[in-house]
Amino acid sequence: MTGAPKRRDVLAGLAGTAALPLLSSPALAQSQPRIVIVGGGFGGAAAARYVKTYLPGASVTLIEPQARYTACPFSNLVIAGLRSLEAQQFGYDNLKAIGIKVIGDRAEDVDAGARTVTLGSGDRLAYDKLILSPGIDIRWDALEGYDEDAATAMPHAWKAGPQTSLLREQLEAMPDGGTVIMSVPTAPYRCPPGPYERASLIAHYFKTRKPASKLIILDAKDEFSKQPLFLEAWAEHYPDHLEWIGASDFGRVISVDPGAMTLSTDFDTYEADVANVIPPQKAGEIAARAGVADQTGWCPINPVDFSSTLQPGIYVIGDATIAAPMPKSAFSANLQAKLCALQIARELKGEALAPTILANTCYSYVTPDAAVSITGVYSNKDGQLSSIESSGGLSPADPAPSVRAAEAAEAEAWFEQITLQTFG
Amino acid sequence: MATIRIAAPDTASAGEVIELKALIQHPMETGYRSGPDGKRIERDIIEKFEVTYDGETVFEADLRPGIAANPIFTFYTRATTSGPIVFKWTDQDGESWSETHELTVE
Repeated sequence: MTGAPKRRDVLAGLAGTAALPLLSSPALAQSQPRIVIVGGGFGGAAAARYVKTYLPGASVTLIEPQARYTACPFSNLVIAGLRSLEAQQFGYDNLKAIGIKVIGDRAEDVDAGARTVTLGSGDRLAYDKLILSPGIDIRWDALEGYDEDAATAMPHAWKAGPQTSLLREQLEAMPDGGTVIMSVPTAPYRCPPGPYERASLIAHYFKTRKPASKLIILDAKDEFSKQPLFLEAWAEHYPDHLEWIGASDFGRVISVDPGAMTLSTDFDTYEADVANVIPPQKAGEIAARAGVADQTGWCPINPVDFSSTLQPGIYVIGDATIAAPMPKSAFSANLQAKLCALQIARELKGEALAPTILANTCYSYVTPDAAVSITGVYSNKDGQLSSIESSGGLSPADPAPSVRAAEAAEAEAWFEQITLQTFG
Repeated sequence: MATIRIAAPDTASAGEVIELKALIQHPMETGYRSGPDGKRIERDIIEKFEVTYDGETVFEADLRPGIAANPIFTFYTRATTSGPIVFKWTDQDGESWSETHELTVE
């Protein structure tokens, strides 16, 4: 190499360990690596912030079409009429203030070979490292009768925003004595306990406001997250307002008819006054375009740094990843973002990628004043995330009422903290 | 008595291809699992599923421990004549359960 090294050369050199001792901090600062992040949710917005924190000299760009993000956690409270949608919304001004460039456009395509992202405007953005945090998209072809039009009659409300409001409006408009049918898919899907929290809070709304109404959950599974705790709460609080029908009891929905407002299982057809269809899902569309999603529709990753196992230079975090047993949650996405940012910084500084422990806690409200939780702790075992035994666990069964109330307060504190860390 | 659910049309026109669906609630215990007491749970599986239509076999299957609990079969046959469709399951000990659905061909 003669003359001054070009940015490309410096970064290419980073890949080879032999070159590392030669790379001093000033050289790195000069190289100004270009980090591009797609998706401004709990994963992407946190990734942008923490990359900028660990690599202040880096050029960090966040691509997100929405000016304000609407958070999914706590949106079940909005559906139950206990919280405003505005309380779920967060902007990017504070990220801009620390030097992150925020582009209000969609990422339409990724060329992993050329290392460029194509925007909706047609502009191309070059990157040295690309972090995709695209969340989920609905698999519109997976449930017979459920297409984008059907979602206006039978909202999924599984991406917070207009769908959340729509389901809330339908519940409000439903006369007392009505039946709500909720359809739940098999795993994997975003927020494993989410359907059951939502059902609890809708049942609470009925119990207090529309006592002759009822919610039926038609489930494609026999087992679900925090099941004993939910079943206990339902028996205690909502015996007349909530019924769960698992797969073995013919609960799996195989088709819907939005015109007739019916949902069909293998053997029965249910008529709904309000239908909440939580459909099968996949990684956000850009993942497939970038070539980081596999045949399952989700993205395999290396758990050390959440780099894609399918494309070099691309990292995937959050709901889009195959990270089981770590669930698809805001908590997981947020921690994965921090880990990914840290490992990228280490790599670019020529430091070793030390393995890291990951964790997740999911709170679910069972009434507006009572919550239950599940916590998991995970390590990387031969390239696979694995639960660390006798770590984490469930809330206790049948506790003093103060325990559930304390967890509801913890949930609130958690939401405040994670949104502050991400967007604040 | 195991719970059986059948989904089949009551009427069909001659020559029409009809969908038949049958589920039986059964644990399909593999014999490889341990119970809470640490002892092996004994194998208990259905081994045979047969369907006859107007006396003629139109579908049959051998089941093995790899088949999950509550096995469901969906298959198709051509409606030819009015008659009974008999769904029959037989377990490893020879115990059997059956359900009959009358099809009218117009």
